[in-house]
Amino acid sequence: MPELPTNLKGFAHVYDRAHINTDEIIPARYLNVHEEAELAKYAMEDIDVDFVKRVKPGDFVIAGDNFGCGSSREHAIWALRGAGIKVIVAKSYSRIFFRNAINNGFLAIEADFCDNVKNGDEVELDLTAGKFRNLSSGKEASFVPVSDFARELIEDGGLLPHIQKKAAKAA
Amino acid sequence: MGMTITEKILAAHSGRDSVVPGEIVNAKLDLIVCHDVTTPPAVAMLKKLGINKVHDPKKILVTPDHFVPNKDIKSAELSKQLREWRIEQGIERYYEIGNHGICHAIAPEQGHVLPGQTIVCGDSHTTTMGALGTFSSGVGSTDLAAALATGELWFKVPESMLFELNGDLPFGVYSKDIILYVISKIGVDGARYRAMEYRGSGLKSLTMEARFTITNMAIEAGGKSGIMPADSIAEDYVKARTSESYTIYNSDEDANYSERFTINLNELEPIVALPDLPSNGRFIGEIKREKMDQVYIGSCTNGRIEDLRIAAQIFKGNKVADGTRAIVVPATTEVWKTAMKEGLLEIFADAGCVVSTATCGACLGGHMGVLGAEEKCLSTTNRNFVGRMGSPKSKVYLASPATAAATAITGTITDPREFLKKTAAAAA
Repeated sequence: MPELPTNLKGFAHVYDRAHINTDEIIPARYLNVHEEAELAKYAMEDIDVDFVKRVKPGDFVIAGDNFGCGSSREHAIWALRGAGIKVIVAKSYSRIFFRNAINNGFLAIEADFCDNVKNGDEVELDLTAGKFRNLSSGKEASFVPVSDFARELIEDGGLLPHIQKKAAKAA
Repeated sequence: MGMTITEKILAAHSGRDSVVPGEIVNAKLDLIVCHDVTTPPAVAMLKKLGINKVHDPKKILVTPDHFVPNKDIKSAELSKQLREWRIEQGIERYYEIGNHGICHAIAPEQGHVLPGQTIVCGDSHTTTMGALGTFSSGVGSTDLAAALATGELWFKVPESMLFELNGDLPFGVYSKDIILYVISKIGVDGARYRAMEYRGSGLKSLTMEARFTITNMAIEAGGKSGIMPADSIAEDYVKARTSESYTIYNSDEDANYSERFTINLNELEPIVALPDLPSNGRFIGEIKREKMDQVYIGSCTNGRIEDLRIAAQIFKGNKVADGTRAIVVPATTEVWKTAMKEGLLEIFADAGCVVSTATCGACLGGHMGVLGAEEKCLSTTNRNFVGRMGSPKSKVYLASPATAAATAITGTITDPREFLKKTAAAAA
């Protein structure tokens, strides 16, 4: 298995609150499309209208408990990814959102880091060591490394390529 | 160690004698339900990968429901993609506009849901169908694509929570009040990753329609599924709709539950969940009688015929208050037709309600009743998150159809028992 990245760097967008739901991440009024670039224009619109203006490729979303609760819309992952978000670090996730993240090969890390980071801090994620660093403040936290199952999916590029790879191997 | 219904269904569908919570199983699926918002992206993913055939068209049910009749050009394109795809794949279980309905309501209503099944749909309220003793869970579009392509899906076997319902619901209190009460006790993540199983003498007093409202909102507590044992009421419901055979699973006496709750239905009162979380439920006597700009009666939670009958009982001979709008949305075409035959649509129209065709519509801020800034709506739907029904500055209050109808008449949040007592007295 290839090594997971050790130095993903980006700037933090902190939402220190529980239950940030998919209606807030991508309101249903935009669900008449599913193109990532189009959804990206409206990411987080109902809780942070300036998010799309500030966000840069490679950035992180840092949040509290039960991130992504509510609707099963995978559009929430696509909107954040389309906007440039590389990693979400939340204290915990709703199960459908977490599953959608894994299925998309998108990094959703479970760690309580809200208290250690401010909006705009530069942060770094070491997936192999399971370490999360705030480069602006020097604070560091550990998290449970990505499970082998999730890791396989992330490396294969998501659930569907993973299934195809397995089918090809079996043939 | 015994097993829960959920564990038994997942074991049986993954070729295992037994499973325990936490294990990952690959379960065969009995039914995959598809609608106009999350299915087109799943189809696009499959096409991109060159997967041109679904695993088994007989196990798929398709109905456009979210933005229908189409609200704009883009949503028309989504419905068009869904329609063309189902023809290309030879999917026969299709409900076009005119026969359509909200997927979680139409699937059991038309006899496609059987006890003991495994069901997925690209929609979080798929938990609804668990009321018939099925394992039914919401998924995203990628999972949906995998399910369509392979006929199976991976699941982590969930722990189960047990909710024992005792006693009978008092006059003017309904199953919506039960689930709003449960969510107010455990919170919007109180059942995260877990199956919410119900049983008890109180459950036996509830009709199937009332039960669907409870399992529908499992996701509002973060649940993976909601499930009830299929008893004679469930069997009567199923047998009236299909002659297909099925297997009933029941939890063992010594099954393991991560938590147990007992709810005495006699102690409940009408509940309203205040903005902006479904867990903000309060007994109606404890809250301010705030003015509502709109009342919405419908959705996969409370758009079935019994819901409309309760609302009509209160609306009969009354008018919607000045300054308040009331919207009634039957969940399926069949519900609409029954409401018409029973004279309910006339009661709603005479009261000054607008009645729409079946749609998810304004429940998710789509169309047919979207809210403007600073507007307040009391709704029989399932979610009251910020911006759920329109402007992020609007506010949504969740309650039963009875509370909704009473509120429409006075224009402020109103205890339905005030009106029901009058109706009961008039009938006596």
